[in-house]
Amino acid sequence: MSDSPLDWMALANKKAKGKRPEFFDEPEDDRIYSILIALVGEVSVLRTRLDTVERLLDEKGTISRDDIENFAPNREAGFERGALIREYILRVMRGPIQAMESLQEQEPPIEDVSRELKEI
Amino acid sequence: MSKKNQAPVDVAPPYQAVARHGVSPKPSHDEAARFDFLANFNKVLSGTLGPGNKLAYDKRVLPTFKKEHGREPKDRFEIRHAMNKDPFHQIWSASKRNSMEMRQQNGRAMVLRQLDELDAKARALNESVPDTLELNPDVQVPRYQAAVDIHCMPGSYHGEERPGDVSAGANYDCGIFATTAGGLGALSDGGGAALADWIRKERPGWTPRRILDIGCTIGHNIVPVALAFPETEIIAIDTAAPSLRYGHARAQSLGAKNIKFIQMNAEDLSRYEYGHFDWVQTTMFLHETSGKALPRIIEEGYRVLAEGGLMLHLEQPQYSDEMPLYEQFIRDWDAFNNNEPFWSAMHALDLKGIMQKSGFAKEELFVTGVRAVVDRSIFPEAPTGEAEDHGRAAVWNAYGAWKGGKPA
Ligand SMILES: C[S@@+](CC[C@H](N)C(=O)[O-])C[C@H]1O[C@@H](n2cnc3c(N)ncnc32)[C@H](O)[C@@H]1O
Repeated sequence: MSDSPLDWMALANKKAKGKRPEFFDEPEDDRIYSILIALVGEVSVLRTRLDTVERLLDEKGTISRDDIENFAPNREAGFERGALIREYILRVMRGPIQAMESLQEQEPPIEDVSRELKEI
Repeated sequence: MSKKNQAPVDVAPPYQAVARHGVSPKPSHDEAARFDFLANFNKVLSGTLGPGNKLAYDKRVLPTFKKEHGREPKDRFEIRHAMNKDPFHQIWSASKRNSMEMRQQNGRAMVLRQLDELDAKARALNESVPDTLELNPDVQVPRYQAAVDIHCMPGSYHGEERPGDVSAGANYDCGIFATTAGGLGALSDGGGAALADWIRKERPGWTPRRILDIGCTIGHNIVPVALAFPETEIIAIDTAAPSLRYGHARAQSLGAKNIKFIQMNAEDLSRYEYGHFDWVQTTMFLHETSGKALPRIIEEGYRVLAEGGLMLHLEQPQYSDEMPLYEQFIRDWDAFNNNEPFWSAMHALDLKGIMQKSGFAKEELFVTGVRAVVDRSIFPEAPTGEAEDHGRAAVWNAYGAWKGGKPA
């Protein structure tokens, strides 16, 4: 077997065989959404990295790249970092979460409320 | 562990908490952080946003459907077509699909970056015990495995980036954590660990002579059984060589020396005589076969099973007339959105009927619930009910039978 070098960055992106479903009414929206969610993920990675840097600085006052790469949170830190990610996700997913809330309430359009207030 | 004045929040354990074995890909800081994001994203999608699908259905989709058709939907497919037009379900599904695709991209990036080391480690482990890995290049990949890349895993279980590699197995192994948000435990083996516990209670003191595990992939769920029964001879078969190479190396490093991994198609077990095994099982396997292959595999399994032996199939629950259509629809999500083309049809099959046709008597059959056994101090219990991640929840049904009745 030859361990020929791979362009792993390109290969990582390989598409899975099988037609991709379209979720939105406009196919462009599917494409943009894929970029958006990937970006949401990468911002989360940056935040986690910053958290690592902060924790290492708190603990030792100085850091190296190796420290960052080898950082493994203890139980409490692991939970705190998970909570940080969750809070971040809830914030960026505000739109769908609020859409869900409004499904529960069946609110009238603001126009209707406006009309009502004029009369009372 | 939550602070005062703060409700307990459901977060995934950190990826760094997973156990490492001899062929585990080693994550960089950011690679681990990517899986941490996905694990928590999946939790929010199932726990926080998942119930929104039912709301959209009850408040919007169902009333519109009834107005248009003058009746209730008659099956899960009609619900799917109607729900696919709903804006809430659209964004939820798109999020979920992207999460699945990112899990693959992230896992492959981590694995392919270090493939030289992984291949070298696997080769060293495999060559140190050559007798327990048997590959056979004549074994064809069945059409039901090759038609699409199952759960959007590029190259599926059998793909290679270069001849003889372990990339498929390594990618499968590392990413299950993200997909199940850590629900399967430190070695993603909570299902197998549960089986080992279950059999000790079900038949105390029993040591099976031989066990056959069909469609073992990288052995996640057979290794705990092998460790629980070190005297038992275990045969684990699969059609995918790259998964077997990785699985065998992994089993060696975890000390499971009594498993022989063989590349073989389960539709033809002619190599084994009638009654050769005391226990024949599949775990999360049947839904990835096909309409004709599934009964064939169960028939072959019955034939090679000894009198008094145990057949067991671990799966997500089958659909039944009692299961509400909405629940069938949401359980079907993976079938159409995550490349599981046999999932929907399989879950509607009369598994008990198929097992009876293979030779079991009705009284010999049983169904029991199984919940992943994991270290709860690190890996939280998987949610059930509305908040569960349908299709991936770490709770299964075991469809089983004792051939000729359970020995006293
Ligand atoms: C979902 S995975 C099974 C997971 C595994 N049992 C576990 O518990 O971790 C399905 C596996 O079945 C294998 N497979 C599919 N059809 C097969 C067949 N006819 N014979 C043997 N293996 C097969 C695939 O290659 C794949 O590795």
